[in-house]
Amino acid sequence: MTACPGCDLLQRLPTLPGGGRARCPRCGDTLAIEPGEGSLQRALALAAAAAIVFIIGNTTSLMGLSVVGRHASTTILGGAYELWLQGFQVTAALVALACVVAPAAYLSILLALLWMSTRSPVPKWGGRLMRHASFMLGWSMPEVMLLGILVALIKIAALATVVPGVGLYAMGVLVILLAAIKLTFDPRQIWQRLAWH
Amino acid sequence: MALSAAEAGLVACQSCGLLSRSPGEQLSRCPRCGAGLASRQRYSIQRTWALAIAAAICYVPANLLPVLTTQTLASSRSDTILSGVAVLYTSGSWPLALIVLVASVMIPLGKLAALAYLLLSVRLGSANGARDRTRLYRMIELIGRWSMLDVFVVTFVVALIQFQPLMASQPGPGLPFFAAVVILTMLATTSFDPRLIWDAAHD
Repeated sequence: MTACPGCDLLQRLPTLPGGGRARCPRCGDTLAIEPGEGSLQRALALAAAAAIVFIIGNTTSLMGLSVVGRHASTTILGGAYELWLQGFQVTAALVALACVVAPAAYLSILLALLWMSTRSPVPKWGGRLMRHASFMLGWSMPEVMLLGILVALIKIAALATVVPGVGLYAMGVLVILLAAIKLTFDPRQIWQRLAWH
Repeated sequence: MALSAAEAGLVACQSCGLLSRSPGEQLSRCPRCGAGLASRQRYSIQRTWALAIAAAICYVPANLLPVLTTQTLASSRSDTILSGVAVLYTSGSWPLALIVLVASVMIPLGKLAALAYLLLSVRLGSANGARDRTRLYRMIELIGRWSMLDVFVVTFVVALIQFQPLMASQPGPGLPFFAAVVILTMLATTSFDPRLIWDAAHD
């Protein structure tokens, strides 16, 4: 038995084909995504790749620009730090949360849980971690940041020559990997493997 | 006969979906994931109204005050959200101007209007279009984050344009207000409980 998160209707989940999706007949909310063969391993591979790309994207330059012989470049945290220096501490913290802290927390928890679930039942504290991962996912916005950087690039291009850096491409790949995880991974797979009794 | 979990004396955990027997008025936690259990989010309507009204108040200075100032040797200009869109449009990138306009102006306003509509329809006990209203809620939940766009644009312009004394840029006082609008509307959306739509439609 399950209750729909959108309308609280009690219902029994039907057996779904691999990759199928169950929707509530009353309100249309998604109830479950049925994992296909080897989906946990696939999610683990995607999450590992995302973590590597995330580290590259945060340690290398996003973009650089030159004005009459002077050069400047920035990283994601460098952007937040400049905002902090200019006296906008709260906004800077928010940018750091949405672009760095939340995605980092989400990815590391997901990696740990997926790795644990491929071998044994997940220990009880894994449930708390999974809950925090879902919360962090809500505040992680790398895709919005990527579009923001693009708009910033266009704005700056009117004033100086801009060169996209490695970090920008890495963030692009990260956004694609995160979307792939969202499409194929259902947190219920972790919940079902949790030893909580 | 369609029975909701609440009518059956059960509570579905909002974090992991586990069904538990309803603890009544007592506060309790989900045995599986440790999230607070409540059949419906506590004070959902009041909280959502409060956060949405606070967001609407912040929306005024967010749009009137400049969010970005750029100086070159020859000139200095301050842009609000809307004049920034106009600059993008006149510099020839109208698709980007449109994206920023949608993300910064239409999404926050649309969200506030949609939340007010959802809150009023629950209050009036409307039974019509409950399915569409649930979809509307899921939609504002999904697109709300995109209004952070302008905050990121300003962050990265300011991070790069620092060539004193040739060229410099500073964030404007409107920026924190704008960020507050985004955060408050996101919090307002999460404090609204879509199951209330169906409770109201059922009575």
